[in-house]
This record gives sequence, structure tokens and C-alpha cells, in this order.
Amino acid sequence: MKALRRFLKQLAASLFRRRTAARAEEILRIEIEEHIELQAAENLRAGLPAVEARRQALIKFGNVEAIKEIYRDQRRLPFLETLIRDTRHAIRRLRKTPGFTAAVLLTLSLGIGANIAIFGVVDSILLRPLAYPHAEALVEVLHTAPGLPGFGGSMGCSPAMYFTYREENRTFQQFGLWQSSGVSVTGMGEPAVAKALMVTYGVLDTLAVEPRLGRWFSPTDDTPASPETVILTYGYWQRHFGGDKSILGRTLTINSKPTVVIGVMPKEFRFQLEPELILPRRFDRKTVYLGEFSYRGIARLKPGVSLDQANADLSRMLGMWLNAWPPNPGLDISIFRNARLGPKIQPLKQRIVGDVGATLWVVMGTLGLVLLIACANVANLLLVRAEARRHEFAVRAALGAGWGRIAKGLMVESVTLGMLGGAFGLALSYAGLRILVAKGPGTLPRLGEIGIDSSVLAFALGVSLLAGALFGIIPVLKYGTPLIAAALRGAGRTLSHGREHHRARNTLVVVQVALALVLLIGSGLMIRTFERLRSIQPGFTRPQEVQIVHAMIPRSIANDPERIMGMHSEILDKLSAIPGVTSVGLGDAAPLESSLFGMNANPIDAEGKHLEEGQAPASRRIHKIAPGFFKTMGTRIVAGRDFTWTDLYEKRRVGIVSENLAREWWGAPRAALGKRIREGGPLDPWREIVGVVEDIYDDGVQTKPPAFVYWPARMARYIWAGENGYALGNGMYAIRSNRAGTEGLVKEAREAIWSVNGRQPVFLVTTLSTLYDQSMARTSFALVILAIAGGMALILGIVGIYGVIAYTISQRTREIGIRVALGAQPEGLSRMFVRHGLLLAAIGATLGLAAAAGLTRLMSSLLFGITPLDPVTYSAVSVLLVAVSALASYVPARRAITMDSVHALRAE
Amino acid sequence: MKETDVRQGTLALMVLKTLDVLGPLHGYGIARRIEQISGDILMVNQGTLYPVLLKLEQEGSIASGWGASENKRKARFYRLTRQGRKQLQAETRSWEQTASIIQRFFAVRAQDLK
Repeated sequence: MKALRRFLKQLAASLFRRRTAARAEEILRIEIEEHIELQAAENLRAGLPAVEARRQALIKFGNVEAIKEIYRDQRRLPFLETLIRDTRHAIRRLRKTPGFTAAVLLTLSLGIGANIAIFGVVDSILLRPLAYPHAEALVEVLHTAPGLPGFGGSMGCSPAMYFTYREENRTFQQFGLWQSSGVSVTGMGEPAVAKALMVTYGVLDTLAVEPRLGRWFSPTDDTPASPETVILTYGYWQRHFGGDKSILGRTLTINSKPTVVIGVMPKEFRFQLEPELILPRRFDRKTVYLGEFSYRGIARLKPGVSLDQANADLSRMLGMWLNAWPPNPGLDISIFRNARLGPKIQPLKQRIVGDVGATLWVVMGTLGLVLLIACANVANLLLVRAEARRHEFAVRAALGAGWGRIAKGLMVESVTLGMLGGAFGLALSYAGLRILVAKGPGTLPRLGEIGIDSSVLAFALGVSLLAGALFGIIPVLKYGTPLIAAALRGAGRTLSHGREHHRARNTLVVVQVALALVLLIGSGLMIRTFERLRSIQPGFTRPQEVQIVHAMIPRSIANDPERIMGMHSEILDKLSAIPGVTSVGLGDAAPLESSLFGMNANPIDAEGKHLEEGQAPASRRIHKIAPGFFKTMGTRIVAGRDFTWTDLYEKRRVGIVSENLAREWWGAPRAALGKRIREGGPLDPWREIVGVVEDIYDDGVQTKPPAFVYWPARMARYIWAGENGYALGNGMYAIRSNRAGTEGLVKEAREAIWSVNGRQPVFLVTTLSTLYDQSMARTSFALVILAIAGGMALILGIVGIYGVIAYTISQRTREIGIRVALGAQPEGLSRMFVRHGLLLAAIGATLGLAAAAGLTRLMSSLLFGITPLDPVTYSAVSVLLVAVSALASYVPARRAITMDSVHALRAE
Repeated sequence: MKETDVRQGTLALMVLKTLDVLGPLHGYGIARRIEQISGDILMVNQGTLYPVLLKLEQEGSIASGWGASENKRKARFYRLTRQGRKQLQAETRSWEQTASIIQRFFAVRAQDLK
């Protein structure tokens, strides 16, 4: 307490020095004067003569100035004061050289700002816990299914599991299933589709985020035949109801059913896929089956339960589940037995963040390197500055300034630069993050949570200080050492500088070149990856001409396949009548949309292909389409033919398969024609393959194209359909036109659809090229960042080399003059300097190549079709760098040798 | 702890005690009083008292104000604050405790330890 109080007083005295110092001095002077007077008076009384009395009093008091000095130091914080003074000096010096200061601050604020921004992203996505209370206990409940190929190693939960897991578990505090889907909201404004989160009872309890208004779903809401209820998210509530508090109890029309609003979630509530509405998903105990693993399970573990314990519990419950429920109608129990389901519980955060971490760490490392290069550049500039002040330092040292004091002055200047750069950088990163959140790749998870918080601020401070210290230490090491005599002598600038003067700068340039090479190779590899991806024929052509529109089918006719199909063909007719439309198609989803809807996959077997005992047929992706789908997408028909409208009207048992599936089973596309396949086992009829089409890269071009089976959009018998047969419900309409993506076309298409389906919502309006770009969003994001980083590195590296050569020449002007006067050839001289620059570049490049070989391995997960040691990239980048270095050395060298020799000799 | 710190600490305690016994006093008065009791052992120069007074004042143990000296001139007088009194009591106690331990320690003869 006492110490703190004293510190605060000292701090105040230091900070408000000007106001109080003079008064304090005056008080001390009076006090000491009076002290001495009193002593002198006493001495006088003791019988000493007046002069001697005062002299003795002064002796007894001691050295007045020394005491005053101690007193002053104690009154304030001398350390802080010199720091403030040094900072003030530093700022004054920096203001005197605005060009230098601007260059340094620009470099630093870009370098630091980029690092702060990417740390903000890394922090909010990877480091910060999810925005739920005790989020570490949240897990996603998944399964492995080694016996069921085609599910990618992780399978969700089925409705039957909901009952088993809720009732039998020993390790969950709460458990529920969810699914996301689109629902139509009608009766207010334009009919629209809202992103809905369908939850069973238990999901909201698991997340434990209290509603802002109203209540969570209760078990009653979960019971079939109870009134329909909905909870709004904050954003939806604000957008559509202006935050009206009387919303509770109001009725909305959702999926054509009156639905009562029972709650509103708070602003902080977030969930995957950013839902707008939360609706209860109801299961009827009497009609649930083993299968339909299209739900995602979420659980909150009991305190102290480990993932292993939870997995063991899940494994136990899987046995109970298999025996407790019937298989789905038409499916044999053996399919479920042979699937050999196993537990796979994952922390929810890992599940949400996914593999984006790899990209982010690479980007962060990249930007870290850019900052290092920037620091090297700034250090170089500071060296030149310090060089110019050598004489001053020496004089100061000779006059008695400690070298520590001089070193501190240099260091303070650097750290001041670092802090100023950091402040500007923080502003830049703030702007950058705002842009990223607004326009960033939608594939980035937790995008809405990105922002600047205290840990980002701490990072900014740390990076600025570190950067300042990093480039500050180099001039200190070089000039902060006591070599007074040499400095005084050498600073006359009459001599050419010794070799050791350039060593520090040369080293910095080598480091810069090496780092720049690493970054350029990194961006080169990304460019090559992007090229490779672009060169892949994705299974469709000219995607920018394909407009995609989804539309809903009215509930009133949802159970009449004949009428649904009629509606579809009427819509297709109207769409193809729109001017500029060359073809139209219908399907359940466009290529690359599987990630949006969740993929539709089921086991497919082929006639005559016998499976081994205990083996389930592999799952294949399934699309239902109408004639014209392939033509509109631009998918090549490899063998056979497309569906015809006759196939659909006569409900013929036909199918089309992708080329890779045809090759897998029959070796060649042509051989597949006439063969028969079926979906999901004996309940479905065999269907004859009439066509084989090119593979479509449905998961993006980086991923191997999945095997596809295409069924007609209208079928007589189908396992998932009722008595009347099957017709594709909500449809995806593809329109090929050179007007794709324009407001006009979308408007006309919407009118055409509405004129048939009675103003049901039209949604997911996009173009195929948008979907294509989105599928490469992560690659393009990494590419853009690395390209920017590489470009910055290259520019900084060039500036570094140019600077060193130019400076060397300026220091050796006299020498050049003498050489020219003595008859040296200008070409020879310029070659000498260029050789110097090239030597530095070559050493840097060699080191950089070695470093790149090690470092680029870390980014191998981002690469496609090339190895991290891609020889083309390595050699191209090296050649580029050396060529640029030669140019950067030649320009200043050229200037030096064209100098008039007389002028050069006089140069001082 | 440096030697000066020890001496400063002792000096501070003596300042507090002096002000406690004699009431408000100027710097010279305090210095004289300490000199009378300890001779020149504690203070080689009277001036060294002033940094100590400053420290005590910054810590809030003493406060100062203007008054008239014996010379009938303006002088700065120091007085003990409530906190200073508490500090004096605490430090006196701990000082006595230390002193008595040291005393006992020196009183112990070798055979007592067997």
C-alpha cells in the first residue's frame, strides 16, 4: 500500500513535471536555506565568528547540490523521465526526416496490420472457445461405418438413436438431434425461404443459451400433434419484426402451417449454417426405424467424462439400438448389422472448425515472414541513420554519456517506430477484418465471431514491441559499443569504409532475399495449384451461363406426383420461352450443391455383381433429373443417351450412371449400357442403364469425383415413395443463357415460376460459376493472401538490395572517382557493383531454397496436383529473383559510374 | 538490501519517533534531535535527512506545512499523520521483537545448545 502510494506520487510528479517542478525546487531551496541558517545561528551562539559559523553549518549539512539531486530523483521516477525524454527526442528526430519516417511507418503498419488481422481471425476461429457456456463439454455424436463404403468415415444419427441415446446413456448431461433445412414463410411480404434449424428436444438444453424472450422448446413441443411452435433468432426478429417485443404468441405461416412464436434467441446465439428460425423436429416413437442417418447428434458430456468414456458408452448403446428397433421398410436388418457401426464422438469445436486450421496457420506463418522482411528493411534504414550519427555518438560518449544511455536512445527510437507502426497497423487490421467479415469466404466457419478483442490487442502490443526491439537491436549492437577513438577518426568520411561496415547490412539483405524467396515459392505453388484446379474439366461447361433457381411445390399438391410433374414441365416450358435461353433443365440439385443440402447417397447394387458375405453394397450419390439436365449443365454424354420425356411419362425403369461407376463395374462406359441396377435392396425394381455421362466433381475439383446414379424425376415404383409413385418435389431449375446472373433474367424466371406454382418461394438463386468459385474459395483465399505476401516480399527485397548497393556506392564515391581518374572502365566498375548485388542475392536465394524445401511441406494440404518441391516453381522463382536483384543492383551502379570524376573526388 | 537502505530505514524510524515525542518539528530540529541521541553515527551529513523526509511524506506517514522557526522566519514543519503513528507502533513492535531475539541469541552460550 505504502509503496503503491509512493509510486503514484512519483508518477504524478513525473508526468506533471513542468507544473510542479519549479515549486518543489523553491520549497526545497527555502527549506535547506533555513536549515543552514538555524545551524549557523546555533554555531554563533556557541561562540564562533559569523563567517566561520556559516561555513561550519554548510560543512555539517553536506553537499547541497548532491542532496538536491538525490531529492529530485526520489521525488520522481527517473527511469520514466528519461524514457519520456528519449521518446520525445525520438519523435522530434523522426519528424525532422518525414520521408524516412513515412517509409518506415508504411512498411511497418502494413506488416504489423496484416499480422494483427490474421491473428484476429485465428484467435476467433481456432483459439477462442465456442460461444456457449462451458463449450468444452459439447460434442458431436457421430459414427464410423466400416461396413458401409461411401459414407466418408463419419455418419450421423438416426431417429431411433435419439430415443435409445436419450434414455440409455450414462455419460450425457443432455442430448438431441438436429438438421438444417429451408422452410417457406408465407403471408408476410414476398414468399421467402428461411434457413431453419430443426431440433429435437434437448438440443437447446445442450447448448444452454437462454432465450432472450419466451422459452425453449419443452417435451410437449416435441410431441406429434401438439400445436406448431417456432423460436426466432435475433437477426430474423430484428429484420422482419423490428425487434417487436410483443412477438411472442404471434402466428406465422411456416411451410403452409400456422405456427406460434414462443421465443427469441439472444444476439450472441450462434449455430452452424446461421439459422434464422428454430423449429421442433418431432419423431413418433411408433414409426421410427434403425435407418435414415441424416441427423446430427449433439451432446453435453457430464462433468469429468472423457471422450473415451463417452465413446465406450456410445458403443454399448449401439448394441442396444440395433436390437431395439425395426429396420426401415424394404431394408434388410443385415444391412445394419454389416455396416458395423462404431462410435465417433468429436469435440464440437473440432467439428465446426474442421480443417480450416491448416490454411490459417499457413497464412499466419506467411504474414509473419512478411513482417520479418519488413523488420529487416527497417533495420537497414536505421543502420544508415545510425551510421550518420556515429560522430555524434562518439562525441557524446567522449563527453561522458554512458554507452547504455546512447544504446537506450537508439532503442527507444526503434520501439517508438514499432509502436507507431503498430497503432496504424491496428487501424488497418480493424478495417481489414470488417471487410473480411462482410465479404469473406462463406466457407470460413465462425465468420460472424471475428473481431478485435483484448487478446488481439495484447497481440498487437506484443508484436509492435517485438518488431521494434527486433530491428532496434541491430543498430544498437553495431553502434552502441564503445569504440570512441575509431569512431571519431572514422567519422571524418575522408576514408572509404572498411568491409566490416557493410557486414550487418549485407546480412540483412541476404535474410530478406531468403525470406522473399520462401514466400514467392509459396505463392508460386498456390498459383500452380490454382492452375491445376482450373484445368480440370469439372463435368460442366461455361458455368457462368448457367442460372440456378430453386422453387417450392405447393403443399396442396405435394402428394400427387402426376400434378407435380405437370407443374414442372409447364415451368420448364415457360422458362425456355424466355428470350436468350438456350436450354433448361430440372433436377433435385445442381452440381456442387451437395455441400448445401447434404448429399443424397444410398447403397446401389448391380445385377450379377455378387457381394461377399457380410458386405453391404457401397453407397453412391443419387440425383433425380428430367431430360435436358445434362445439356444445360454442359455435361458430356459418354455413351448411350439422355432420358427422354417419354421415359418419364411412361415411367420406364431406366437410369444413367457416371463414367467412373461404369468403369468400376464393367470396365468401359459402353459396356454399362443395358445392365441393370437398383437402389437400397430387393424392394426397388431393377432399372436399365441407358446412358453413361461424364463425371461431375460434386465436392469441388480438389476432390475425386464421386460415383453418381441418375434416376428419372418421375418413377412408378421407388423405395422412398408411396402408392402413387415418385415425382421430384421442390425442384432446381437450371437455365442456360448468356443473360445468366442478371437481375432481369432472375426476375423473368421468378415470374414464370410464380405463374405456375402460385407464388411459392423461389430460393437459392445463383449461377453455376458462383458455386464453382465457392468450391475453390479456400484455395483462392490462400492464393490471394500468399500472392499479396509474395508481392510485398519481392518489393521489400528489391528495395533492400537497391538500398544496399546505392548506399555502398554513395560511401565509395571518392574511391570511384579515383578509380575513374586512374582509367578504370565504367563497365568494369558497374559490373563490380552488380556482382556484389548478385552475390548477396545468390547467397540469399540458396538459403531461401533450403528453407523453402522445409517450410513448403507445411502447406502441402493446400496444394493440388503438385508436390511442395515442384521444380517448375522453384526454378522460375529463383530465376525471377536473381534477375530482379541484378536489375536492382544495376540501376544504382549505373548512376555512380556516370558521375563526373572530378565531382566524385570532391564529394564529401 | 544495501547498506544505505538499512540506514535509511533506521533513520526513518527515528524521524517518526522524534515527531511522536516532540510534536511538529522542522528538518533542522529533527536532525539535531537525532544527532543528540546517536551522535554522527547515523548521519554523516544533516542533508541526507531530506530525502528520507520526502520518502516518508510520499508514503503518507508524515505531512508538512509552513510555520515560523526560532529565527522568526518561514520554515517547513513536519508532523506525524495517523498512518505514521500506526506505522511507528508496528515498526516499534517488530524492532523490539528483533532486538530481543538478537539479544537472546547472543546470550546463549555454547553449552546451552548441547
